[in-house]
Amino acid sequence: MMARLIEALAQLALLVALAPLVTGVIRTLKARLQTRRGPGILQPYRNLRKLFGKGMVIPETASWIFGATPWVVFVSTVLAGLMIPMVAAEAPLGLFGGALAVIYLLGLGRFFLALGGLDSGSSFGGLGSSREMTISALAEPAMMLAIFTVAIGAGSTGMTEIAGAAIGQTWRFLAPAQMFAFAALALVLIAETGRIPVDNPATHLELTMIHEAMILEYSGPYLALLEWAASVKQLVLMTLLINCFWPVGLQPTWFNFGALSGIGWLVTKLLLLACAIVLIETTNAKMRLFRVPELLAVAFTLGALALVSTFLF
Amino acid sequence: MIGALFLGGIAVWLAGAAACLALWREPALARRVGCAAALAGAALEGAGSAAAIFGGGAATIGLPFGNPLFTCAVRLDPLSAFFNLTLAVLAAAVSVYSFGYLRHMEGRRNLGAFGFFFNLLLASLTLVFTAANAFFFLVAWESMALASFCLIGFEHEKARARRAGVLFLIMSHAGTGLLLIAFLLLTSASGSTDFASFHLLASRMAPLEQGAIFLLFLFGFGVKAGLVPVHIWLPEAHAASPSNVSALMSGIVIKTGIYGMARVFFDFYGPPPLWMGTTVLALGVASALLGVLYALMEHDLKRLLAYHSIENIGIILMGFGAALLFRSLGQTNLAALALIAGLYHTFNHATFKGLLFLGAGSVVEATGTRNMERMGGLIRRMPVTAVCFLVGAVAISGLPPLNGFVSEWLTYQALLAGFGTTSSMTRLVFPIAGSLLALTAALAAACFVKAFAIPFLALPRSEEAAEAREAPAEMRAGMGMLAVGCVVLGLGAAWFVRVFDSITEQTLGIRSSAALVTARGFALSPGTPHGGTISPFGIALLFLIAGVAFAWPLALRWKRRSVRGPAWDCGLPGLTADNEYTATAFSKPLRMIFSALYRPRREIQAEYEVSPYYPSAIRFESEIEPAFEKRIYAPLRERILAGANRMRAIQAGSIHAYLAYIFIALVLLLLFGVRE
Repeated sequence: MMARLIEALAQLALLVALAPLVTGVIRTLKARLQTRRGPGILQPYRNLRKLFGKGMVIPETASWIFGATPWVVFVSTVLAGLMIPMVAAEAPLGLFGGALAVIYLLGLGRFFLALGGLDSGSSFGGLGSSREMTISALAEPAMMLAIFTVAIGAGSTGMTEIAGAAIGQTWRFLAPAQMFAFAALALVLIAETGRIPVDNPATHLELTMIHEAMILEYSGPYLALLEWAASVKQLVLMTLLINCFWPVGLQPTWFNFGALSGIGWLVTKLLLLACAIVLIETTNAKMRLFRVPELLAVAFTLGALALVSTFLF
Repeated sequence: MIGALFLGGIAVWLAGAAACLALWREPALARRVGCAAALAGAALEGAGSAAAIFGGGAATIGLPFGNPLFTCAVRLDPLSAFFNLTLAVLAAAVSVYSFGYLRHMEGRRNLGAFGFFFNLLLASLTLVFTAANAFFFLVAWESMALASFCLIGFEHEKARARRAGVLFLIMSHAGTGLLLIAFLLLTSASGSTDFASFHLLASRMAPLEQGAIFLLFLFGFGVKAGLVPVHIWLPEAHAASPSNVSALMSGIVIKTGIYGMARVFFDFYGPPPLWMGTTVLALGVASALLGVLYALMEHDLKRLLAYHSIENIGIILMGFGAALLFRSLGQTNLAALALIAGLYHTFNHATFKGLLFLGAGSVVEATGTRNMERMGGLIRRMPVTAVCFLVGAVAISGLPPLNGFVSEWLTYQALLAGFGTTSSMTRLVFPIAGSLLALTAALAAACFVKAFAIPFLALPRSEEAAEAREAPAEMRAGMGMLAVGCVVLGLGAAWFVRVFDSITEQTLGIRSSAALVTARGFALSPGTPHGGTISPFGIALLFLIAGVAFAWPLALRWKRRSVRGPAWDCGLPGLTADNEYTATAFSKPLRMIFSALYRPRREIQAEYEVSPYYPSAIRFESEIEPAFEKRIYAPLRERILAGANRMRAIQAGSIHAYLAYIFIALVLLLLFGVRE
C-alpha cells in the first residue's frame, strides 16, 4: 500500500517534470532539422514559470466552467498518466483503471476543454471545440481497434498486463498485428496531440488552428496549466505507444538501482519517438481540415488489419 | 410482504388516477393529488422490487380482477423486479419534478386528465414488467400504449403533438400485431398462455419457426424500444410531449421493449443459434451509430435527446447481442457479463436520460423554445439546472467517474472477451462492434458538448434566454435526485453489481458479481483472470483530493491576480451573441464528413446593393434528408394507401355483400382453421 503510494508519487513527479522537456526537445529538434537554432530545450519550463507568475484576464462572458476547465483537464490527464507503466512494469494506479480508463479520462479532459472553448462566446473557441471534438471522435475507433489488438494479446485491458505480455519477447513488435496496431496508434497519437499534419501547435492562424483556438481566451496560470496538461498528454500518449509495443527496459519495481536504468530506457525510447515525430512534422505540410478524416480512415483500416492479422497469425 | 408492497403500489396509482379524474375541476388539488399518488406508489413499488431482487426467489401474485378464462396473475421474479425498480426510481424523481412543472399549466390545461393518464401509465408499466401470462401482458401493453398516446398528445392544440401521437399509435400497434402473432405461435405450441409454460420452449421448436418467432419478437419489441429502422415515431413523440412525460417515455416506456427482449431472449429461448446474437449485435450497432449521428444534426434540444435514446438502446442491445452470442458458444460467465452490461446500461440510461429530459424541460419552460439557437448563457440564470444537466451530459457521454462510463466499460469488456474465447469468424464481430461503440461514445461526447455549451454557456441568444428564471424548488429537487443517482451508480458500481446476481442466476444459472468485484469492493473487473480493473470511486476520490488540496487554494490565490475583461472580438465593437458559434456551426464538420448519410441541402440567398461582398440581408436554409422517412416509410405509406383504395371496391355498402363475406369467411375457417 505504502510502496504503491510512493511509486505513484514518483511517477507523478516524473510525469509532470519530464513533460515540458519532451515538448522542448521536439521543438528544438524540429528547429535544427529546419536549420534554425530554436529556443533551447528548456524554453517550455521558462514559459510555464512566466505564465504562473502573471495575472490573468477572464472573459466577462465566461462562467465558472471557464475556471474549472484547466483543473479538470490537468488532473484527468495526470491521472491517465498514472495508469500506464513508465519505468516499472506495474502501473502505479493500475487498479484504478487500464487502457480504457486512460482513453476515457483523456476524453473527460477534452470534453471540458471544448466546453471551456465555447464558454467565452468568441467564435474562435467554438471553432476549435467543434474541430477538436470532430477529429477526436473520428480518431476514437482506430485507437480502440489498436488497443483491442494489444489487449487481446494480453487477455486484459490492464496496462500492467499489456506491457507484461510484451516483456521478454524482444522481437514481438515485428509481428504483423503489432506493426499494424503500432502504425494505427501512431497516427492517432499525431491527431490527438495536435501535431502536423493534423494540427499545427506553432500557429495562431484562425483558419487552421484547433487546440490553440480552444485555449485562445486563457491567460496566466490557467494557460500555464492547459499548456502543461497538453505536454503531459503528449508524454502519456507517447509512453503508452512505446510501452505497449516495445516495453524493453521496464523494471520490476521502482525500488532498486534498475529504476535509474529504467528512466534511461524511457528517455531513450521517447527520444527515438520524438525524432520520428519531428521527421514527420518537417517533411509534411498541414492537411486541409477535411482531408484529416481520410488520414484517420487509414488509421482505422490499419487497426482493422491488425485485428485480422491477430486472427490469421 | 413483497406482494403487499407491490399490490399497494398499484392500488395507490389506480386510486390516484381515479381521484384525479374526480378532481378535474380543481386543477391545484388534482396536481397535488396526482403527483403525491405517483410518488407514494413509486416508493411502495421501489421497496417491493428491491426486496424481491435481494430476496432472490420469484413471487407469484394473483390479481383480484381475473376471470376463469384469463387469469390476471403477476410474477415478480428478479428480471421483472429489476425493471420495476428502474421504473420506481425514475417515477419518484419525475413525480417530485412534476409538482413544480405542472404548476404553470394550472387553469390552462386539464390537470385532472393529466394526473389520470400519468398514474395509469405508471400502473400499466408495472403490470407490463410483471405480467405472468401472454394475454394479460398484451392488455397491460395496450393500456400503456393508450396512456402514452394521451400524454404525448396532451398539448393537443399543437398539430405536431397530434401528429406525433398518431404516429406513435400506428407504430405501436404495428408492433403489437407482431407480438400477437408471436405469442399465438408460442401459445399454440405450449397449449397455455402462461409465461412459465414458455420457459425454454422456443428453442425446442423447428428452426424455421424458432427464427420467425425470434424476428417477430425482435421487431415487435423493437418498435417500442426505438430500434433502427422502426424508430421513426420516437423523436417526434419524445419532443412533442410535456417534458416530464418525455423523461418517463425515454427513461422507462421504451425500456418495456428491452424488458420484452430480455424476457424472450433469456427466458423463452435456451442457447440460440449464432445468427440471432449476431443480428441483435448488428442492429444494436446500427441503432447506436445512426442514433448519435442524427442527434448531432438536431438543434431542437428535446429531439436531440430523443435521438440519443435510440443510441443508448443500441448500446444496451450490443450487450444483449453479445450475451446471446456467448450463450450460443457456451460461455456462461461471459454471457452474464454481457447481460449485466446491458441491464446496467438500462438502469443508467433511465437515470441520466430522465435527468436530461427534466433539465431540458426546465430550460424549455424558462425560455419558451426548444430551439438551442435561441438559448445561451443559461448557466448564470439557472445555475442548479445547469449543474444537473452537466452531470447528465458527462454521464451519457460515458466519461468517468459517472455511471455511463461503468456500463460502457462493462460492454467493452464483454466485447473484448468475445474475441479471445471463440474460434470461428464470428469473433471478428466483437472487436468491430467495440470500435464502433468507441465511435458512438466519442460522437455522443461531441454532441453533448454542443447540447450543454450552446444552451448554457456564453451569451444569451434571445430576449427570452436573457430573462430566463431558475426552475422552482420541486423541479430542482427532481433533477437533483437523478443527478445523485448518476453519481451513486457510477461511484458505487462495485456495490450495485450485486443487484444482478439474482437476475443472472434466474436467466443463466450463475451468480457472477463476486467475480466482478475485486480489491475488497474497491474496483470492478470483468471477471476473467488478469482482466483489467476500474475504480470509478478511486478516480472520483483522486479528483476530490486534487481539487481540495491544490485547485481550491491555488484558484483562490490566482483570483486576486485576475481581472475580468472582454473576450477577443476581432476588433469589432464588442462581442455580441451574433459572434457566437451556433449549434449548426458546431456540427458542420461532421455534417460534411458524413454527407453521404445526411445528404444535406442548403440554400443561401444574399441580397446586396453594391457588391456581393457587402450583403444587406442573407437568408440561409439548411436541412438534412430524413433517410428512413423518405426512403422506407414514404413508399410504404403510398403502398398501404393504394392497397386501401383498391380494397374499397369490395366495400360496396350493401348488407347482402357483407353477409356473403361473413359466410365465405366462416366456410373457409371451418375448412382450414379447425383441427381435429
